[in-house]
Amino acid sequence: MAYFTEENLRRAHEIIDSYPRAKSALIPLLHLAQEQNGWITNEAMTHIAELTDVTSAEVLGTGSFYEMFKFHPVGKYLINVCTNISCQLLGGEELLHHAEAALGITDGETTEDGLFTLEDVECIAACTEAPCFTVNYRYFHRADENIFDEVVAELRSGRSPLDKGKQGDSGDIPSHGTLSRIQQHIPIDRKAGITPPEDSKTAPVWMEKNTEEAKS
Amino acid sequence: MNNSAPAFAAGYINNDGPKLITERFQFEDSFTLERFLNTGGYNGLRKALEKKPSEVHDEVREAVLLGRGGAGFPAGVKWGFCPEGVWPRYLVVNGDESEPGTYKDRLLMERDPHQLIEGCLIACYALGLSQCFLYVRGEMALAQERIANALNEAYEAGYVGRNILGQDFSVDIVLHWGAGAYIVGEETALIESLEGNRGMPRLKPPYFPAAIGLYGQPTIVNNVETLSNIPWIIDNGASAYKEMGSETSPGTRLFAISGHVNRPGVYEVEQGVTTFRDLFYGENFCQGIRNGKELKMFIPGGGSAPWFFEEHLDLPLEARPIGDAGSMLGSGAIVVMDETTDAVKACLRVVRFFARESCGKCSPCREGTTWEEKILRRIYEGDGRPSDIELLLDIGDNISPGPYPVAAFSEQDLEAVPFPPRQTTICPLGPSSVAPITSAIRRFRTEFETLITQRDSIPVSAAPIEVEQ
Repeated sequence: MAYFTEENLRRAHEIIDSYPRAKSALIPLLHLAQEQNGWITNEAMTHIAELTDVTSAEVLGTGSFYEMFKFHPVGKYLINVCTNISCQLLGGEELLHHAEAALGITDGETTEDGLFTLEDVECIAACTEAPCFTVNYRYFHRADENIFDEVVAELRSGRSPLDKGKQGDSGDIPSHGTLSRIQQHIPIDRKAGITPPEDSKTAPVWMEKNTEEAKS
Repeated sequence: MNNSAPAFAAGYINNDGPKLITERFQFEDSFTLERFLNTGGYNGLRKALEKKPSEVHDEVREAVLLGRGGAGFPAGVKWGFCPEGVWPRYLVVNGDESEPGTYKDRLLMERDPHQLIEGCLIACYALGLSQCFLYVRGEMALAQERIANALNEAYEAGYVGRNILGQDFSVDIVLHWGAGAYIVGEETALIESLEGNRGMPRLKPPYFPAAIGLYGQPTIVNNVETLSNIPWIIDNGASAYKEMGSETSPGTRLFAISGHVNRPGVYEVEQGVTTFRDLFYGENFCQGIRNGKELKMFIPGGGSAPWFFEEHLDLPLEARPIGDAGSMLGSGAIVVMDETTDAVKACLRVVRFFARESCGKCSPCREGTTWEEKILRRIYEGDGRPSDIELLLDIGDNISPGPYPVAAFSEQDLEAVPFPPRQTTICPLGPSSVAPITSAIRRFRTEFETLITQRDSIPVSAAPIEVEQ
């Protein structure tokens, strides 16, 4: 059953072709499905199973291991507040409590207007810039209640808060599901060639250099 | 001296020391191919291609480049574990940075993706690795964009893909990203994840995926920072590299120092010759504990590392002395906590992390970390039982039997137990959860006891309770 749009199906095939085995594409394809719909539906998993020649149960089996995959609707903006040790030391938990009060939801919940989902998350690698939070995985460093309120207000009014930040990131924050706004694309004439391991059982050609002089 | 963090590289602080891998961070457009080529980019690759692959490998071995992911194993030695004559071989880049306190690989990927790509290409050339997978943590959207863009540029310009630089050297580098799971940073779990499975570590042996890795083939798994050092080493030579740092830990390393210091940040630091005291109090580094407070404790190498204290400040940043002292440098993540820190609360927070991130494959870890968190929480919330401290240590002993690595406590004549811990589990995640518990109980037992004896009343539902007063 077709779930992916025509354009996404093209991307799905390009992704599958980057791996020696199709199953390796499961996680990237689940991201693609989430990008299309904001969360992952049963139809998406069935289609991914067909594309990668595994069962739909295997797709769920893999997908359910990973926190970023949502199997139920979430808000347009997923706000992750870090409360791990470095952030905790500098007010991460207080920031989370403020976020809960400001949005009227608790960890894991979504606002009634479907705009925000809030999560209390583990370390997101911005420890020297604590406390921090992300919106759809876009960073806001050295955050406080004012910064949080400002970011939420910008998002509510349809503007991007990224340019106000000092994280080196800019532009719009895409809706939940879209991670990278730039895709890797390997031009066909530049591709070295990706084959299953059983079809490339000889040493790469440049390794012959190791023995060249020994022979002469 | 301009040592303020540039806005576009938030967190990075130029400390005027040698800069092997952060030299380009001063430029706002450091991630573009144009800037990279204007600042010596791909010189290391050109030099590598003039040599035999085995000579490139020898150079890296000679440099004693220690892995920067946490274990600190020499990369050149790890590279040598590929079995002879077994093809194809793969390179997998570990960019799944998630250890609590660690912030350096994300910077390297966002700020200098071409440097990382160049390191990957040199590794592939040296070992005959025919495809590279660059596994970036799922939550790092900007890093994914910067790497995708850099790869697109590099493919177009002939630095990646077929016949690189017009030579008989062809390698595809595929950007792959995860989806949120700390355990995937463990190299065999990373491979499982890359094969499209749940990210659970594989049973050992084989201990190194270099023997049996991705699709059962020889696979080198290297950390982002490790590979980012390779272009400099090949461009400047192993002997130049060894002029910095100490004999057993040459070169520089990125340290993220977070928590209660005046100037937290990511610093490129000469290993071995710098101490924790230099880092915390030095003018070029963190400039002291905030608000003039006293240091209470610090984590020297990420959430998995046993804690250090005032008496450990003069240890050099070098694997062996720190291991002997009962902890590890791990992933270069130092978390500083001042006297206002609640030891039980900090311990609970780190343990909660391991409980949440346990993959569930090994029972001692799955059950143990869960109970550790529950028991710590009830102690912290004032519902602790007198037997809870011993119970915590007993659970820890089931995950990591025998004396657990812990720092000396000179005041009480308690000696250090050297690193690493033993384990009843496949990977070190479970044993890591014991580190904060053992450390906190040895040093701050009275804080636990105070919370336990202060409990208001004994809930009826919790009876019978052993009374040990």
